[in-house]
Amino acid sequence: MHDLSIGDLLSRLAKGEVSSVELTQHFLSRIERLNPGLNAVITLTGPQALQDAAVADRRRVAGERTPLLGIPLIHKDIFCTDGVRTSCGSRMLDNFIAPYDATVVARLKSAGAIMLGKANMDEFAMGSSNETSFYGPVKNPWDTTRVPGGSSGGSAAAVAARLAPFATGTDTGGSIRQPAALTGVTGVKPTYGRVSRYGLIAFASSLDQAGVFARSAADAALVLREIAGFDVRDSTSVDVPVPDYSASLSTPLKGLKIGLLKEFFTGLEPRNEMLIQDALKIYRSLGATTVDVSLPSLPLSVPVYYVVAPAECSSNLSRFDGVRFGYRCEQPKDLMDLYKRSRGEGFGTEVKRRIMTGTYVLCAGYFDAYYLKAQKIRRLITDEFLAAFAQVDLLVGPTTPTPAFPIGAKVDDPLTMYLNDIYTIGANLAGLPALSLPCGYVDQLPMGLQLVGPHFAEARLLNAAHQFQQVTDWHRHVAHGYE
Amino acid sequence: MSEWETVIGLEIHAQLATRSKIFSAAATAYGAPPNTQASLVDLAYPGVLPVLNAEVVRMAVKFGLAIGAQVARRSVFARKNYFYPDLPKGYQISQYELPVVGRGKIQVMLEDGSRKTIGITRAHLEEDAGKSLHEGLANASGIDLNRAGTPLLEIVSEPDMRSAKEAVAYMKKIHTLVRYLNICDGNMQEGSFRCDANVSVRILGQEKFGTRAEIKNLNSFRFVEKAINYEVARQIDLLESGAKVFQETRLYDSDKNETRSMRSKEEANDYRYFPDPDLLPVEINEHYIQAVKNTLPELPDDKAARFARDFGLSTYDAGVLSTSRDLGDYFEAIVNPAGVVPPLAGAVPPAAVNTEYAKLAANWVMGELSSALNREALDISAARVTAVALNGLLLRIVDQTISGKIAKEVFGAMWLHGQSADSIIALQGLTQITDTSTIEGVVDTVIAANPKQLADYRAGKDKLFGFFVGQVMKVTEGKANPGQLNELLKAKLARSESGGA
Repeated sequence: MHDLSIGDLLSRLAKGEVSSVELTQHFLSRIERLNPGLNAVITLTGPQALQDAAVADRRRVAGERTPLLGIPLIHKDIFCTDGVRTSCGSRMLDNFIAPYDATVVARLKSAGAIMLGKANMDEFAMGSSNETSFYGPVKNPWDTTRVPGGSSGGSAAAVAARLAPFATGTDTGGSIRQPAALTGVTGVKPTYGRVSRYGLIAFASSLDQAGVFARSAADAALVLREIAGFDVRDSTSVDVPVPDYSASLSTPLKGLKIGLLKEFFTGLEPRNEMLIQDALKIYRSLGATTVDVSLPSLPLSVPVYYVVAPAECSSNLSRFDGVRFGYRCEQPKDLMDLYKRSRGEGFGTEVKRRIMTGTYVLCAGYFDAYYLKAQKIRRLITDEFLAAFAQVDLLVGPTTPTPAFPIGAKVDDPLTMYLNDIYTIGANLAGLPALSLPCGYVDQLPMGLQLVGPHFAEARLLNAAHQFQQVTDWHRHVAHGYE
Repeated sequence: MSEWETVIGLEIHAQLATRSKIFSAAATAYGAPPNTQASLVDLAYPGVLPVLNAEVVRMAVKFGLAIGAQVARRSVFARKNYFYPDLPKGYQISQYELPVVGRGKIQVMLEDGSRKTIGITRAHLEEDAGKSLHEGLANASGIDLNRAGTPLLEIVSEPDMRSAKEAVAYMKKIHTLVRYLNICDGNMQEGSFRCDANVSVRILGQEKFGTRAEIKNLNSFRFVEKAINYEVARQIDLLESGAKVFQETRLYDSDKNETRSMRSKEEANDYRYFPDPDLLPVEINEHYIQAVKNTLPELPDDKAARFARDFGLSTYDAGVLSTSRDLGDYFEAIVNPAGVVPPLAGAVPPAAVNTEYAKLAANWVMGELSSALNREALDISAARVTAVALNGLLLRIVDQTISGKIAKEVFGAMWLHGQSADSIIALQGLTQITDTSTIEGVVDTVIAANPKQLADYRAGKDKLFGFFVGQVMKVTEGKANPGQLNELLKAKLARSESGGA
């Protein structure tokens, strides 16, 4: 049951071959059995899930049909869930029960999906390995001595280990695509503004975007259609109609123009490059053509990101001050002591590092040299992407430079850790939709193929990914022990 | 000793009169129990986002158009970052580099009747913070976030004012303007209209500005004047004793009438402004600006000019009567027989206005009516004598039914009992005696009864004329027509005089 696609599950539910309660129970049992070895799920909402499933079953019997009625899921713990702890992977919010649902949560609820629990993540989504979580690292189902990537590591591992048919995630610099690649699942980061950020605890507001982890592009298409769309509560969400992503999945790729980014292939590890070249062969066999393109400013994306993202986070995280909610230190002497110790004790090392960096780059004397300059380069990178999309339909390349690395290997070396996102950050800076799908193995560890499209071209990305998955079976592979 | 010149610039905070907050749907009403008007957005809960209230932009544009400023086609909200318990997000959303309203100006009238133009550097939108509460809390501070997120228009002037009085005149003018535009209720007690004053002094003739101090949060015209005067004296004392003025933020203590240092520039925050990524830039097009322009009421200066032109009022009277829309409307409802609501700027003036009557009406509105309102601290809209009723009274003066003096008594009765002038006049028998023979009879009686005074008057004691007037008025209960009486009395006294020659 846990290896069926969402489409198959829906048709079985429709036929009455399985109930949502049974389905929910099945996944809850898997979580109970397998999660202790993974630490992917940090809050389980079993009783509520079973109640919701029972309601879904009754609604189905009554003839109601919402698009995801009775399908279980796991939410990244960055999304506020009414009445349920929303920790953001931080001690700061370990005691925080959200008083409302994020728009993503509310939309999936009204689509009929059943929340099983909340997924582990890097603290405040700051990390590329899920090791910065207050709740401990998530382990990669393909090798539990290795990281699953981050920051949405719990969501990725949960879908890879078949603990849920799909999971939500957020992607600020690669936080959906990188863990999707490292755990062998399909991860979609939509266009900035495609999915509402309301209720998503902000890391870097101009980069954050909610998205989906699923086992295939076809499943992701079903989910994305439900969460996408304008939201009056998020001024940066965009009022562009949401297409039926499933409907265009089978469009033939004949004539599709794929751009190969020179900057993505420079210095690429040979085994990684071979996987990408194999994937390109498949695309050519499906009728696509490839052309070389170049984005000269793209190599600057990592430094630009590590100015812009910390700057925004330093401000976004100011609200965690121990006054109204979240962690408060014991026996504060005075106001300054309350601030200093609540934040000092409530935040972890990586979060503090980024707050410090961000505070620094926004300081009066440094603003022009860092923040302003970074914004200019960001504009340049965006313009170069748009120029490339005047020539090609989408860009294809690797998602990550390497497969999953051992837990602990890079924690003390933030700069090396930051380079994990070298291929993913560009799409965030330019607000472009991008997707990662499994394309083979290096050292028996899954690797991802990244597709990047022009703004609001999610349908094209899902179509290209689906066509690839029609002729490959990487996405069907399950890590040993989780079949 | 050198002569000093004072330089003042004001930052006025006008709370915009919207029903809901600038970035949330919570209500802005004043005086609700603590934290009952704070939504998750105002409380800065994790994950929430601000959504701009379109009404605040419309109000800011109105203000911009009213001061002849360039309205920015594109303005940007920025975050001003600092920690304080009443600032829930740890940053205030304001406008920094690109404010919605650019450079404009406004004209104020000074006490000597001269006019002065004060430059306005900019006006920008921002949210207010909450309030810290200390009363009744042992060893703790409370936070009330009802006010957090209340929309403010911060109006920044050029350092164009040269005295506390000029600063007050400017602040009053802005106060008048925002109420005209219906964008701020102007209630200073509730903090809806307040200012920070930047004050410095320099030797007269020196071009360079002196070091300034900023006096925070002045919420009455009186405090603005007193605080600036105190601060100017303090700075001059410092400089004359050879010390220096430090750039700092100061608080005015109205109980002690002094300013005190709050924090120096060295301790000042680096606010780390940057554009708020949660909000899109505000884009305004010509069509929008034109639409807002069409809703502008007649502005104070235009109204004053029209009053002076059409009703023949003095500049001073016209200025006073146009300090609020309600006051102007009241006046106009008297002068304008149809009781027409004041026309929009540029409309045709009413034909054939009796300027004498207008002057009479102006005197009554600024005199008796204003004193009565002031006595009870009432707004013109709550006046107990309506414009129509006052008009009824003034008509009786004009047609000589009663004298101006009696009219004041009638007005007092109207104010108390709410009756019309005519019914009070009838009820109390106050109709003026204009029959010459009746008055003459009384005059004769009075002269006959006071031979000594008559003799003294005739011997040159001119002052006794008033005595005779008083005696006649006493007999007639003040109802003798004063003009007629004067004439008759003069003639009678004079006739006897010449008769004796």
